[in-house]
Amino acid sequence: MQIAARHLDKTTIFDISGDIDLATSPQLRKALLRELRELKMPRVVLNLAAVRYIDSSGVASLVEGLKASRDVGSRLILFGLNRTVREVLQLSKLVRIFEIYENEEQSVAS
Amino acid sequence: MYYLGIRYVRKSARGDLSETKRGIQFLRPEERAHVSRGSLLLRMELRSNPEMLCVVRNAVGELTAKLGFSEPDCRAVVRAVDEALTNIIRHAYLGDPDRPIDASFHRIDAPKDGQSGDALEIVLEDNGVTANPEKMCGRALEDIRPGGLGLHFIRECMDTVEFTRNNGRNQLRLVKFLNVQAPQKGS
Repeated sequence: MQIAARHLDKTTIFDISGDIDLATSPQLRKALLRELRELKMPRVVLNLAAVRYIDSSGVASLVEGLKASRDVGSRLILFGLNRTVREVLQLSKLVRIFEIYENEEQSVAS
Repeated sequence: MYYLGIRYVRKSARGDLSETKRGIQFLRPEERAHVSRGSLLLRMELRSNPEMLCVVRNAVGELTAKLGFSEPDCRAVVRAVDEALTNIIRHAYLGDPDRPIDASFHRIDAPKDGQSGDALEIVLEDNGVTANPEKMCGRALEDIRPGGLGLHFIRECMDTVEFTRNNGRNQLRLVKFLNVQAPQKGS
């Protein structure tokens, strides 16, 4: 998995690619919590279009990021959910708890 | 009585098995007689290293596609195996990356709806600590918090999920039936 960060005004956009699994999810968790808890960014957006696989530990990292965003009063937004990612979020019944958009433009304009 | 989380099998005084809820069966070793060994497709001797999970996923994805599973079923089997290995690494081996895991894949005929069905059987074995039934309950999905999803994914993705502890080894048996679509008339 690779994470590239971009900053637009008060928004951090993470472009994530590859597999999010037991080996790599700690890296995602760390990046999310740093941005939300330490840097207190008002909006963190995850571009998941290039994610090839996500497991339960990856979903857990997203949930932890969501909880952190709620704790500090910021927003965690997902976009670019491909079939694999959407399938896993639907399986976990967590699709409804995340703020999800189709693309980056919608995410940043929201 | 052996019980494991969401579903348990209880041997009554009459000797019959009563089954409740859904999910994973926890079997006595002697109750594994029905475990078949059809044609061996693949055997892997792994280390409990998370870095190897992507290698296994790729292999299982290729194998299931080769067997003719639909794309969603291929993804389901890959997900179940990945989550099961993750559980072994985290809970049976407590994160130690150098412990052995044996994975074998057989094509079998298994009972289905009173008949025999073509299926993929996957058996994962480890020497780790005994599964704690309390920790293998999974959790209610309404309870939004990190963790506890792996077992839910395995149950949802596979047709049969059985757990056995025998001679110091944990054995997880997963079965997925091949649902081959009948050719359409006139084609």
